[in-house]
Amino acid sequence: MKEMKKIATRDSYGNALVELGKAHENVVVLDADLANATKTGTFKKAFPERHFNCGIAEANMVTVAAGLSTMGLVPFASSFAMFAAGRAFEQVRNSIGYPHLNVKIGATHGGISVGEDGASHQCCEDFALMRSIPGMVVLSPSDDVEAKAAVKAAYEWDGPVYIRFGRLAVPVYHEEENFSFQIGKGEQLTQGDDVAIIATGLMVYEALVAAELLQAQGIHARVINICTIKPLDEELVLQAAKECGKVITCEEHSVIGGLGEAVAAVLSEKCPTPLRRIGVNDVFGHSGPAAALLKDFGLSAEHIVEVAQAFLKD
Amino acid sequence: MTNEEKRSLAIAACKVRMGVIESTHGAKAGHPGGSLSAADMFAYLYNKEMRIDPANPKSPDRDRFVLSKGHTAPGLYSALANRGFFPVADLPTLRHIDSYLQGHPNMNTVPGVDMSTGSLGQGVSAAAGMAKGAKYLGQDVNVYTLLGDGELAEGQCWEAFMFAAHYHLDNFCAIIDLNGLQIDGPTKEVMNTAPVDEKMAAFGFHVVVIDGHDLEQIESAFAQFHACTDKPTAIIMSTTKGKGVSFMEGQAGWHGKAPNDAEYAAAMAELNAAMAELEAQA
Repeated sequence: MKEMKKIATRDSYGNALVELGKAHENVVVLDADLANATKTGTFKKAFPERHFNCGIAEANMVTVAAGLSTMGLVPFASSFAMFAAGRAFEQVRNSIGYPHLNVKIGATHGGISVGEDGASHQCCEDFALMRSIPGMVVLSPSDDVEAKAAVKAAYEWDGPVYIRFGRLAVPVYHEEENFSFQIGKGEQLTQGDDVAIIATGLMVYEALVAAELLQAQGIHARVINICTIKPLDEELVLQAAKECGKVITCEEHSVIGGLGEAVAAVLSEKCPTPLRRIGVNDVFGHSGPAAALLKDFGLSAEHIVEVAQAFLKD
Repeated sequence: MTNEEKRSLAIAACKVRMGVIESTHGAKAGHPGGSLSAADMFAYLYNKEMRIDPANPKSPDRDRFVLSKGHTAPGLYSALANRGFFPVADLPTLRHIDSYLQGHPNMNTVPGVDMSTGSLGQGVSAAAGMAKGAKYLGQDVNVYTLLGDGELAEGQCWEAFMFAAHYHLDNFCAIIDLNGLQIDGPTKEVMNTAPVDEKMAAFGFHVVVIDGHDLEQIESAFAQFHACTDKPTAIIMSTTKGKGVSFMEGQAGWHGKAPNDAEYAAAMAELNAAMAELEAQA
């Protein structure tokens, strides 16, 4: 693949918030002492009176956001995925999900690519937690272009939305000019019907690289980008299953409760199809450079190729 | 406060208590103890203190109330019904499978409820968010929240108190019902939250300590809230759990137990007698 510019989607988040802030006075942003890392600091610089630091108190932050939303404001509450979805889960469930309030949760530092901070900060459970809340939309953009569009779409969506961003700079493979985004719609990126590779987040680019490597071996993979983990684009998934006959899911998340299981549920009920799930295999992460960790945990184009080759021989 | 106004508020409080007994009896479940301890406060808030309009429960400029101790929904529902937000006759449907009166407050089904609560420690944060939102929007809106003393063991309460003080939310009033009892027994034995007044002062609140069954003291506490600028107010009210129904008073067992038919009749007889006495004072 050609060299591409790389941007971390957390940066996209900060930049998209500024654009939203310019367009809409009812956008307010909350952080829990991580504004430099979540990149809401970018918004704070532009709109200091609309950025509310809550200190290191995520449970309070997301519930304050619930209160703000009842006043007609559209709060984006931000922290690392581990704390926004993990520590504050019950607050998100009871004070945002149950009353179906218009709160957006911008969770950065999702997945294993957090890197050196290690397992305590590498959240591979957030899709599972957030998917389980009725009415919660779960977004996992794959690059800068999609991340910015997802933030805008989240603002326009009436109801709670969880958006996961990454710490690691990732290739910007979408072209801004021709890009359109809709919550609940997946995106088919390559033609092919030997195997479907359904990926989310930074694994989408890995899947594209894998598809190129497979192509060289005469294997035509259909790569599908699923940004909306919930509600899942079932139609696109089922079509891929029917036309390809074999499905691989790829996510920087536990194989339990994430995209893989969401796809598995749809397939087993509506179109039983052989499936392989690539993700974090029910283990905790550890410290190390992000790129090395992704390799270690099998979250790479090379591993997708290995899985696809073995799968097609079965 | 004139004698007539005091009598009228006392009647309102008595009606709140009757509704608590009617609803928990109808539900065969629910939390009468903490609903009765706060009945005078509920009556005062909804009949005197708050800017509200039962005909327009979503009016943007209304004052907000968040029942952080959400299990005392029978008290809140009774106050709302008696104030005209929905029919008093619906109160006995509390917790029924086809009722809009959910076991804990639901802002999407119950007219007049400003926030869904029930998980302790969260309502106070939501209320702080409302107060911050009103400030940001430049709205003259006061936000009240009612907490239990057992609830104070939830760490989130203190996160919210820090937030309210940090942002100088002088439109935020935390009312703490110090009835001294929680499900497992006396609060000082289960998890001592005392001294609440010193803690709230240390957290940056203007602190007012009152007898929560004295309507004049409640009035004076809110006057202090309105006079206080630049910091939030905590009204710490000493109360008797189960107040107004003699056999429920001071009994932890009545935290979350409904009266049976005989207990219902006895409780209503006491409250009817109290009401008759108040009406005779006219």
